[in-house]
Amino acid sequence: MNLGTRKILDRSFTAVGITSILLMAAALLVVVVPIFSGGIGAIFFKGTIEHRKIQYNEFEKGSRKVIDRQIAEVTPYRQEVYRILDAFEADMETMEPAEKRDYLSKYKKVRDIVAHLLGPIPGDPEPILLRYQYGTTRWEKAEESLHDLMFVTKWDYSNPEEMAKQYFVPRADEFAGTALAALFPYMEKNLDKMLLPEQTFYWGFLTERSLDAHIFGGIWAEIQGTFFLAVGAMLFAFPLGVIAAIYFTEYARENFFTSVLRSANSTLAGVPSIVFGLFGLAFFINTIKVSDSKSVLAGSLTLAIMILPTIIRAAEEAILSVPRAYKEASMGLGSTKWRTILTVILPAALPGIITGGIISLGRAAGETAPIIFTAAVSVGATIGVADVFTQPTPALSWNIYNLASEHEAANEIRHVQYGMVLSLISIVLLLNLSAILLRAHVSKKLKG
Amino acid sequence: MQEVLKKKSGENRALAPRESRKTIGNINVQNPRMVCRNVNVFYDEKQAIRNVSIDIGRNEVLAMIGPSGCGKSTFLRCLNRMNDTIDSCHVTGEILFDGKNIYDASVDVVPLRAQIGMVFQKPNPFPKSIYENVAWAPKIHGIVESKSDADEIVESSLQKAGLWEEVKDRLDQPGTGLSGGQQQRLCIARAIAVSPEVILMDEPCSALDPIATAKIEDLIEELRTQYTIAIVTHSMQQASRVSQRTAFFHLGDLIEVGSTETIFTKPSHQLTEDYITGRYG
Ligand SMILES: Nc1ncnc2c1ncn2[C@@H]1O[C@H](COP(=O)(O)OP(=O)(O)OP(=O)(O)O)[C@@H](O)[C@H]1O
Ligand SMILES: [Mg+2]
Repeated sequence: MNLGTRKILDRSFTAVGITSILLMAAALLVVVVPIFSGGIGAIFFKGTIEHRKIQYNEFEKGSRKVIDRQIAEVTPYRQEVYRILDAFEADMETMEPAEKRDYLSKYKKVRDIVAHLLGPIPGDPEPILLRYQYGTTRWEKAEESLHDLMFVTKWDYSNPEEMAKQYFVPRADEFAGTALAALFPYMEKNLDKMLLPEQTFYWGFLTERSLDAHIFGGIWAEIQGTFFLAVGAMLFAFPLGVIAAIYFTEYARENFFTSVLRSANSTLAGVPSIVFGLFGLAFFINTIKVSDSKSVLAGSLTLAIMILPTIIRAAEEAILSVPRAYKEASMGLGSTKWRTILTVILPAALPGIITGGIISLGRAAGETAPIIFTAAVSVGATIGVADVFTQPTPALSWNIYNLASEHEAANEIRHVQYGMVLSLISIVLLLNLSAILLRAHVSKKLKG
Repeated sequence: MQEVLKKKSGENRALAPRESRKTIGNINVQNPRMVCRNVNVFYDEKQAIRNVSIDIGRNEVLAMIGPSGCGKSTFLRCLNRMNDTIDSCHVTGEILFDGKNIYDASVDVVPLRAQIGMVFQKPNPFPKSIYENVAWAPKIHGIVESKSDADEIVESSLQKAGLWEEVKDRLDQPGTGLSGGQQQRLCIARAIAVSPEVILMDEPCSALDPIATAKIEDLIEELRTQYTIAIVTHSMQQASRVSQRTAFFHLGDLIEVGSTETIFTKPSHQLTEDYITGRYG
């Protein structure tokens, strides 16, 4: 092959390499950007006075004075809305029964939307669920509800060849000529004065408990649960894994028994995580009964079993990559085998062992299947450290799934779901980052 | 391929009649420090050392020479039971150190290896500071109790290894950051730090340049006054410069032992002569 062709080949290979890296980066962006922007929205958003009320009433955050002043500010505008509603209700009393029936169902929709926006309408009985005790807390949700109030969504089925088309009809038309007609322009014009949206930095999303199944409040219970489960799994798996790796590399003779052990370990690394979940339920909960039902302990043990093979492998590799010369130097100076392992081999292998450990920690934090049957609940109280032996816990991975698929108000609280996804990804990334930093630190210290 | 090689080496051995492979020369010395009798070493089935008997005297440097693969390292590593760390290796015969067989079941290798130190072919300082490299072994053997004891041992060991002047200002820097020759002297200092009686050296200069080699050779000459030294080397010049006695190994047999001068000027065995005149090896 002549020089010209080789150069062309080299260049085209470089081009292919760069293209594939760019493609990967683009794919990553496509995934990460929505997660990031959606997740940030759980913390940075335009919050309404309803958000501030909840913060004050439930978490004692914010000042009474400011809230009182703002309530005084919004009250006149809200009063006007209630006045219009009252006037229309009074009008309805005077209508013909048929006409009244016709209006009643349409009016109920309007009334519901107003209650959803502003909170319970004065005179109504106090709602039981917290979600009905307050109005809309986020301005962008309020704008969506306003749109629902202003327009009736209709579907055009006229062309059977095509999909039905969505179109909007002003709701005001339904009430033309009645007292309620004034409500629509009034709401549109004055909604911000009734809700007082302010740019809000809701740090409490990460540190506060959830209220009424994540309709309000934060995700601390999930973050803490994830932390308990992952750290618990590490507490079991890390020491066991390192000890097993030491056994495999330094003590085990090559025989049938150890080769069976080795291949069992490799096989275990490839078992699907749902199988570990079922195993955890069958073994830890039903057979040896570490707890009466789901608990953090059972979940941690299950996760520990799942990550054990990875930790063993990483530790084994790290130990094997320690130059034999260190071992000989140590043994040659009359150190015992055990001391050689502790003071020479393990320190030299530490960066690799730590990396394996932290990557497993990240995996334990993110896994869903193993904890479904053993530890996770969708809605639960924030538990204390003392409860980990008996209590189940919400956890990010499981609750992301739950919010996305099973929550009755899934659409209303997409931001919570995004916030959880972003938190989980951040936790895993932070763990991996700290693995890299710790590794760099330890290996620098070992060299110096 | 393996089969062919095995056959070949088998043929080689068959060619030399057993009688002509008996050790020539005087294996005994006055008042020996170590006495080896009928030492055989096997790696699994394969015999690497056959019936070797030799004394190692006090304050002498014994050089071990011979073609590659003849078992020099294997034999050297028997002398402080470093071969224990290789699972497949097993040793028969007697090796007496100060009158006691080191392969006795009752012998603890921990103090033994402190008394019979070892310096390896490739400098292998620990990935710790220079200070820690030297102070580590005295600490684990409980020789030092206080920081000042350790300081003292570190300084005197580095002095003896001729490294003190070069590193006294950077004791806290990594031992692995030194030059190859300095690293090897650090390893010697490390071995000296536990006050051994014998120092085993396996081609200590093979990874070093001539100047670093000369320094180590001078050092060996000095250390001889305090320690017994057994050194494996591939360099005839080195053997003749540093040693008082020389042992020539060939295919697992100890062929000839004698004073270095005799071996290099009037070798008795044909194999020895061939080797030192460079006809093979
Ligand atoms: N760990 C081991 N396992 C099996 N065989 C070994 C092992 N170490 C050495 N041997 C064999 O024992 C014989 C002697 O090896 P040894 O390393 O003692 O030779 P040497 O004289 O030191 O050679 P060199 O000059 O190349 O270092 C060789 O045939 C070698 O293949
Ligand atoms: Mg050798």
